Amino acid sequence: MSKTEWRLLQPGDWLTAALGATLVALLAWLAWNTDAATHVRIYQSGKLFAELDLMAHRTMQVPGPLGDTTVEIAQGRARIAADPSPRQYCVKAGWLTETGQTAICLPNRTSIELTGSRARAYDSLSY
Amino acid sequence: MTASATDRVVTAGVDDLRIARYAALAIMLGVVEAGFPSPLPGVKPGIANIVTLLVLWRHGWRDAAWVSLLRIFGGALVLGGFLSPGFALSLCGGIVSLAALAAAQYLQRRWFGPVSLSLIAAFAHIAGQLGLARLWLIPDNGLIRLAPVFFGAALVFGLANGLICARLLKEHPTP
Repeated sequence: MSKTEWRLLQPGDWLTAALGATLVALLAWLAWNTDAATHVRIYQSGKLFAELDLMAHRTMQVPGPLGDTTVEIAQGRARIAADPSPRQYCVKAGWLTETGQTAICLPNRTSIELTGSRARAYDSLSY
Repeated sequence: MTASATDRVVTAGVDDLRIARYAALAIMLGVVEAGFPSPLPGVKPGIANIVTLLVLWRHGWRDAAWVSLLRIFGGALVLGGFLSPGFALSLCGGIVSLAALAAAQYLQRRWFGPVSLSLIAAFAHIAGQLGLARLWLIPDNGLIRLAPVFFGAALVFGLANGLICARLLKEHPTP
């Protein structure tokens, strides 16, 4: 077998290394650039009813026109545990975990929204 | 004469001896590496993988798979981690890595050297380990925040191991 002359790094190796570096950079951007949700805001009839830390573990009763809406907060997430509204959309939304997620209970006029450390990308949300 | 059912003779062929020699070398490198302190649990250079790459380059994927798996089992027995979570992570990483190498071995050697194989193996290894860790040991999505660190280490060490392997192969193209 003749001794083939070759360099330590072949042209394709540079390509593989560049792809690998891109993957790492992309992964770092994806993993570290997210704004983790820290607080939950509870609105009643369009007014801020309460703002709570998501790390707290508690259940809160929010009185509305139809009755009490139960908001549950546990381990960095929040949900509407119970609501008197007929269609139960906000209860079916389940646990909210990401910044910006909302659950709206109508017609009980109650909603929750998760917020992070950064300012919102929009000024207000009306419904 | 009929062969006795109880008196069986197993002779090691040339292939067996060669695989055993490489596996012993890989286990030794694994033991040496275990003596080095690691800055972060789970971040290791994986110098034993240089042997796997060397075998893959010289003797093909089948031999490389034997050496890699023997190294994982043998290393665990020598270091005392057999069937521990760390062993499971190592085995899962090794299997995923071998699967990736099974595909990567067909890359044109004119263009892709051992460095490419090393990088692919290192990335697959860490992907396998993180996958198992997420499914079994730490079932939490927060694990993704550590992923860039591990993949960054795979890039650096994959490159270093690949260069060492390329250098060895350049000086000794045939065993």
